[in-house]
Parts: sequence; C-alpha cells; structure tokens
Amino acid sequence: MQQVIKWSRENLFASRMNALLSLASLWLIYVTIEGVLSWAFLNASFLGEDKSSCITRPHGACWPFVTAKFNQFIYGNYPAVEQWRVNIVFALGTLGLSLLVAGRINFKKQLAVLMLTAYPVLTFILLSGGLLGLSYVETNQWGGLLVTLVIAVTGIVVSLPLGILLALGRRSELPIIRIMSIAFIEFWRGVPLITVLFMASVMLPLFLPKGMNFDALLRCLIGVSLFASAYMAEVIRGGLQAIAKGQYEAGKSMGLSYWKSMRLIILPQALVISIPGIVNTFIGLFKDTTLVMIVGIFDLLGIISFHFTDPNWTSPQVPITGFVFAGLVFWVFCFAMSHYSKSVERRFSVKGESK
Amino acid sequence: MVAAFIGLVWWLVDNTVANLASQNVATGFGFLGNNTGFDINQKLIAYDETSSYQRLLLVGLLNTAIVSVLGILFATLIGFMVGLASLSDNWLVSKLAFIYVEIFRNLPLLIQILFWYVLLIEILPHPKKSFGLWEVFFLNNRGLYLPWFTTLPGGGYLLSVIGLFGAGCFYVARKARNMRELNGQTKAYVRNYILIGVICLGGYLSLWGVPFEANLPALKGFNFRGGLSFTPEFVALLVALSLYTSSFIAEIVRAGVLSVSKGQFEAAKALGLPSSVTMNKVIIPQALRVIIPPLTSQYLNLTKNSSLAAAIAYPELVSVFAGTALNQTGQAVEIIFITMSIYLFLSLLTSFLMNTYNARVALVEK
Repeated sequence: MQQVIKWSRENLFASRMNALLSLASLWLIYVTIEGVLSWAFLNASFLGEDKSSCITRPHGACWPFVTAKFNQFIYGNYPAVEQWRVNIVFALGTLGLSLLVAGRINFKKQLAVLMLTAYPVLTFILLSGGLLGLSYVETNQWGGLLVTLVIAVTGIVVSLPLGILLALGRRSELPIIRIMSIAFIEFWRGVPLITVLFMASVMLPLFLPKGMNFDALLRCLIGVSLFASAYMAEVIRGGLQAIAKGQYEAGKSMGLSYWKSMRLIILPQALVISIPGIVNTFIGLFKDTTLVMIVGIFDLLGIISFHFTDPNWTSPQVPITGFVFAGLVFWVFCFAMSHYSKSVERRFSVKGESK
Repeated sequence: MVAAFIGLVWWLVDNTVANLASQNVATGFGFLGNNTGFDINQKLIAYDETSSYQRLLLVGLLNTAIVSVLGILFATLIGFMVGLASLSDNWLVSKLAFIYVEIFRNLPLLIQILFWYVLLIEILPHPKKSFGLWEVFFLNNRGLYLPWFTTLPGGGYLLSVIGLFGAGCFYVARKARNMRELNGQTKAYVRNYILIGVICLGGYLSLWGVPFEANLPALKGFNFRGGLSFTPEFVALLVALSLYTSSFIAEIVRAGVLSVSKGQFEAAKALGLPSSVTMNKVIIPQALRVIIPPLTSQYLNLTKNSSLAAAIAYPELVSVFAGTALNQTGQAVEIIFITMSIYLFLSLLTSFLMNTYNARVALVEK
C-alpha cells in the first residue's frame, strides 16, 4: 500500500499541475468507460431474430444484427456447402503465419517462400474451383472478410517482389529503367487510391480489346497491388540506401554479377532492415482494402453496409453496431501487425547496441 | 525493352480509341463548357444547374480545399497535444496518449468516416429538438450551426486595417530583436503592441463605426436559417480526418522530440529555464527539423484521404467530378486524367517544397 502511495505521488501527483492533469484524465477515463459499457452491454440487446428487440432498446448496441448475419460477414454469398474450402484456406494461412511469427523452427526461410508462392496458388484453386472436381464459384459470390483478406494477401504477395524490382530500378545505372521506375512510383504515390479504383473499374475495360474482360474483383486486385507496390518500393529503397557502400563493392570485388550480389549480399540485409517499414505498408494496405466498397465490391465493410438496407433490420442502432463490429475486426488485425513490427524493431535495436 | 514498352502503350491507346468509337462517347475536353444540370448542397462560390462542368470542378476543388485546410489545422493541434502528452511525466496522461494513438491509427479511415456520419444522422435529434448551447450554437441531424456575422458597408476595409496592424507589430518585433541582439536588453514591448492596436482600432471605428451585424442561426419552419452552417457530411469527414491524421502526427512529434539529445534538456535545466521555455525555445525548434518532413507528407495524405468523402457524398473533387460528372458524361478518360493530374500536381509540388526545405535545414556535418 505504501508503495502504491509512493508511486502515485511520484508519477501522478508530483506537482499541482500534474495532480490536476491526473484528475482530468481519471474523469476522462471514467466517462469513456461508462459510456462504452452502457452502450455495449447495459443498454444493448443481445437476443432476437429481427430488429424488434433493438428498437425497444434505442440507446444500446444491436448485437443480434451481427450474430444473425455473421456467416455473411465472413463468407459473403459463398455457397454454404462449399464453405469448408474457405475454412481450409483460413486455417492454412493462420498456421503458416503463426509458425513464421512465433514458432522456433529452422525452416523459416523455406516456409516464408512457400507462403509467398505455393499458398496463393493453392488458395486460388481452392476458392475459385473448377479444377480437381471442385465446383466453380464465381468471384461475385465471394464476400465479407474472405474478400478483404484475399485483397490484402494478394496486395502483399504482389507488391513485395514488384516493390523490390522497382526499388532496384530506381537505383539502377541505366537511365531509361531509372526514369521509368521513378515515373511509376511517383505516379502511384501521388494519386489517392480511390481514383485508382475508379480508374480500374471504368477505364481498364476501355484499355483492353473487345471481348477481353476481367471480373470486378480482379480489376480491384490489380489496382490495389500496383498502388501498394509503389509504396513498398520506397520503403525498400530506404533499406537499400542504409546498406554501407562497402557491401556493394565487396560484391563486385568477389566477381559476382549484379543479380547475384543483390540476391546474396544486398537484399538479405536491406529487407531485414526494412521489415518495420514493410509491415507498416501492409497495415496501410489492409486498412485501404475497405475502399473497394466504394466501387461496389462486397468486402467486410461493404457487406456490413449492404445489410443495413435489409428491411428486417432497419433501426438507428444497426449501422452504428455494424461499423463498430467492422472497426473491431480491422483494429485487431492492424494492432497485431503493428505490435509485431514494434517487437521486430526492438529486437534489431537491441542487437545493434550490443555490438 | 523500350520498344516493348512503346508497343504496349500503342496497343492500349489503340484499344481505347476503338472502344470509345464503338460506344459513341465523345472525346476531348469540350464537355467542360457544357451545363451540368444538377445542383450540390455545399458550394463556396456561386453554382447552380446551369453552371458548366468547369465551374463544377472548381466547386469540388474548393470543397476539397476547405475540408483539407481545416483538417490540417485540427489534426496538427490535436497531434502536437497528444504527442507531447505521450512524453509527459504524468503516467496517466502518457498512457492515455498512447491509447489514443493506438485506437485511431489502427482503424481504417473509411470506417471512421462512416461511423461519425451515421452517429450524426441517426443519433442526433431533429432540428426541433436540437442540442443548443447558449442559444447560438446548434447541433442536429441536419448539421452544425454556428453564429456568424454579416458585413455592413465599410467591412471591406477591415482586412487592410488588420494588415496595417500586422505590419506595425512586425516592425516593433524586429526592432525589439535587434535591440536584444545589440545590447542584450530584453525589455518587453507589450506596451508598443497595445499602442499600435489602439491606434488601428480607434481609427477604424471613428471612420466607419462597427461594420458588422450578428447573424445568429434560428429555427424557421423545419430547419435552421442564418448563421454559419455545416452539413453532417462535412462535420463527419472533418472529425474523422482530424482524429485519424492526428494520431500519426502525434507519433511524428513524439519521435521528433525524442530525437533531440538528452544533453539539450539537461543544458536548459542547468540554465534554470522553466519547463515551458525549455520546450518552446530549446526542444521544439530542434525537433521541428525532424518533424516537418514527415509532417508535410501527412498533410498531403490528409488531402488525398479527403477523397474518401465519396462514400458519404460530401461534394468534393472525386465525389462530384470523378463520380457524378463521370456518370453523366461518360468521358472516363478525360475526367480521371484531370482528377489524377490535380492530385499528382499537389503531391509533386509538396515533395519539391520539402526537398528544398530539407536542403536548407539539414545539419551540415563535417
């Protein structure tokens, strides 16, 4: 008890000003927690088949909306009998990622390569089907969290190699390659993603010959991936610039070709330095996937907003609850990623200091 | 490789021309002079159904500008406050600042915009039951109403008088600094500032009198009239942009202050400077060198992010021009080209200014 008093004296009530600030903070915490608790629990409705229970409790969350539509929020209109395919994809992804992040295994590199190459291919086969006796599921039936994750993972898988190539191109000694890389990067970084998506949905069909057409989801995937790779390129360029000149010269003096010295000496170091930046780009990309809703793709946010129009669920609290639910899901993913990036950063900075 | 690239571009252009021809869509920028035929609910300059697309573009651009400028202002204020709070000695304050940053940074901006928007239109009362403060501020599901003023004759001269006052203050401040540098005098020149102010104000009032009239919002019929009004779309967008961007600015400010070496704090303490002077005169000026480049890129991000208003139909550039106008004219290529060029121009301009600034303030190390 005495320690508590001593601690709070030093950390909360060191001066009159500090005491005032502490009291103000306590009040703020109380108001926020009280408001959130009463909205999410005390005044909320939990059970019900339609809006009736939510309308009787107008000052609290309408959780039955989320439970009733939960399957839609995760899978969209993916046929119920085929949803096991989505589950396998989710399970494999979770397993692979958790092994990569937390597992103490000695085949991490191989696993990372596998996750970036074999996993996307397998995912594509499983999800869209039409092969190996799996029935074909059109992409306009995909939706919800599934589409959000498909867009995010595709963006990540495409933007990483493309970003590396662009970063190398920007530092290339060949002027044409350098200028083309700079123009590409600055163009995509200079425009908002929403205009890119508009372009993908209205202009891409114009660019292609008649009869050749992509489906809507694929067009968004292309837009998002190109957009993300420009940002990725700048992060990796930062990593490349941080590598001491001696490393490049060492590669040359060993008689290694450009690609060999990049692959064996420069990139392994540059990529490791850029991991926090890369993860931050992933977080940005993940948050940006919500924008596809504006061009009519039913990602998690899109499908939740779509269900607000369901006449069985028209109540003022439904949209608020829906957005809070969407926010929670996205927040958990983003927070986990940023936590991971911070821990990586800490690990490196400790390593650097102990030298 | 160059040949392949040129070939690709030629192929794309060829396809586009063929497609446009087959769809009977006019090409060229001639449509900019045509009438738009629709009205929008927030305009800073005169605009109606008979205005041209060119005018529409300008209206959209101005709406983008106003939400961006105000957003930048609020985001900077909140961001600096939270960033400095996260470095506070007070355990509770710094933890609260961290929580603030973690919450707002990790939520997609679009969700935040939509959330504030539904909160405003679903939860706030009808105009007849508005929340009022002192009978002059009103908030309801049609928007936010603030007291404003109307200018009477003579009001136009106010700007020039304010300019005169500013010039006077600048002159006195310069003189004070020169004195300080010359002989170390730190005499306060507050008296001089007040004198200039009194002269300007007195002169103005005796010449033109009070040139303003209060214009208070008041309930007339079903809605409020008068005063300064903001639509719920505008308020939701502004709140979301400010909160979201402020969480990034807070992190930038924190990193900037931490980048100032500890010796500087200790030196200021050893000189016996009070903590506010230490912050304002020693730490912040040095931290700004680190803070400003990422800060400008956040400003640019905020401007680009204002395009998310398309989701709640706030009439800014992307929403009215790349949205409504595109649907009406069908001239996708030209419209997307114009929209992207505007943003691209802004972003290249910002990065150019930043590079110039960086070159100027970079520490010259030997």
